[in-house]
Amino acid sequence: MSRRSEADTTFAHDLPATPMDPDAMAAREDKIQVAMIALCGCWGCTLSLLDMDENLLALLQKVNINRSSFTDIKKIPVRSAIGFVEGGVANEENIETLEHFRENCDVLIAVGACAIWGGVPAMRNMTPLAGCLREAYVDSVTRPLEQPPTIPYHPDIPRITKQVYPLHEVVKIDYFIPGCPPGAQVIRKVLDDLVNGRPFGIPAAINRYD
Amino acid sequence: MSVYLTIDGKTIEAAPGATLIDVAADNGVYIPSLCYMRGKPCLGTCRVCSVKVNGNLMAACTVKVAAGMEVAVDDAEAADFRNALVEINFSEGNHNCPSCEKSGRCELQAVGYELGMVASRFPYRFAKRSREDAARHFFLERDRCIFCQRCVEFVRDEETGRKIFSIDARGWKAEIVIDVALADRMTGERAAEVAEMCPVGCIIEKGRGYDDPIGKRKYEIKSLRQRVLDGETA
Ligand code: SF4
Ligand code: SF4
Ligand code: SF4
Repeated sequence: MSRRSEADTTFAHDLPATPMDPDAMAAREDKIQVAMIALCGCWGCTLSLLDMDENLLALLQKVNINRSSFTDIKKIPVRSAIGFVEGGVANEENIETLEHFRENCDVLIAVGACAIWGGVPAMRNMTPLAGCLREAYVDSVTRPLEQPPTIPYHPDIPRITKQVYPLHEVVKIDYFIPGCPPGAQVIRKVLDDLVNGRPFGIPAAINRYD
Repeated sequence: MSVYLTIDGKTIEAAPGATLIDVAADNGVYIPSLCYMRGKPCLGTCRVCSVKVNGNLMAACTVKVAAGMEVAVDDAEAADFRNALVEINFSEGNHNCPSCEKSGRCELQAVGYELGMVASRFPYRFAKRSREDAARHFFLERDRCIFCQRCVEFVRDEETGRKIFSIDARGWKAEIVIDVALADRMTGERAAEVAEMCPVGCIIEKGRGYDDPIGKRKYEIKSLRQRVLDGETA
């Protein structure tokens, strides 16, 4: 198996795209740019952002969400003020993406238990990696029985890290929003404070670790 | 006869020999703690109630008030020290609150909220500690134990007066152990009290599970701060 040559590879963000409406683009230019990603998480934290319902409309008056699962933009297109990162670091691709976020965002926020300390995926930190892979692919009762047990390995599959790491052990993180997931009101409070230049703070009444 | 002391510059009248952490609560000043239980002897194990007394860091549950004492609770160095002690507990054990039956009723978690903690400054250790389910009433989830020693000091067999819980080994090998034969002599009501006394989700009452819905759990109904200020035993 060899890594496919760069010439054979086409990235989605290099494909031709329909030009955007110039008026819509102009309206976005002055807004605060926000990039979002989920690393090793369940998208629950990202969904929780949507739970702010109509308050999202008020927030979108001030911010423009560029790279995110909602917009399907794969790379951060412009320097962004805020990077919203859910999930911990569990493979090489997570490291690369997190570094891309750090390089292109002024402020990075670790959102949720997974981003802050590894969360549910970090339960695998209690077992050596070989044991986890054996459990999932060799000893698993749900593996396809018609083929020999195989632990997937291919240059196109990101290698997984021995442990799941908190984001701040890989790059500098500026703010943390705990919770699994954090409630929409907490996410809203933090983003609203940041875009309006108020200091970060989560009052006890809404701070939650679950 | 009363004595006069100051807390954060405010003059306060108190009975001589009263405990500083109680005097503060009675005067509307919340001092966090994880091991102290109002009305019971001081354990002094967690140090989370550290404040400055005449300029020195001291655990407020160990201090008897005296005339002229100058106490600083709202002090940057003392506050950072308290925060660090709380954060280290989250790094030292495994605290996955979403999968913990004590969540919403847990003092460690509630103190974290009161201090505005969002993450631990220390590396998370992912400690491997064994669990135990031998006793009739209890599970022991040892990776959540903060070694406050409440169970060691305040839980005894009614008949013999012998201790039921103890700490085995030292340092990173330390773990809480239970005398199963004695523990099994407890009534269900006493067992519920004992599980409630554990400030974290280490001593878990069998059969209780996640019975209170989110939003209606102990510290969501009334915050830990308010309970302490009202003189309740957390
Ligand atoms: S913190 Fe919880 S909700 Fe958020 S990604 Fe992790 S598991 Fe999902
Ligand atoms: S013991 Fe408390 S802090 Fe630890 S996991 Fe349970 S609820 Fe969270
Ligand atoms: S089991 Fe609970 S009460 Fe006993 S020392 Fe540990 S944390 Fe404290």
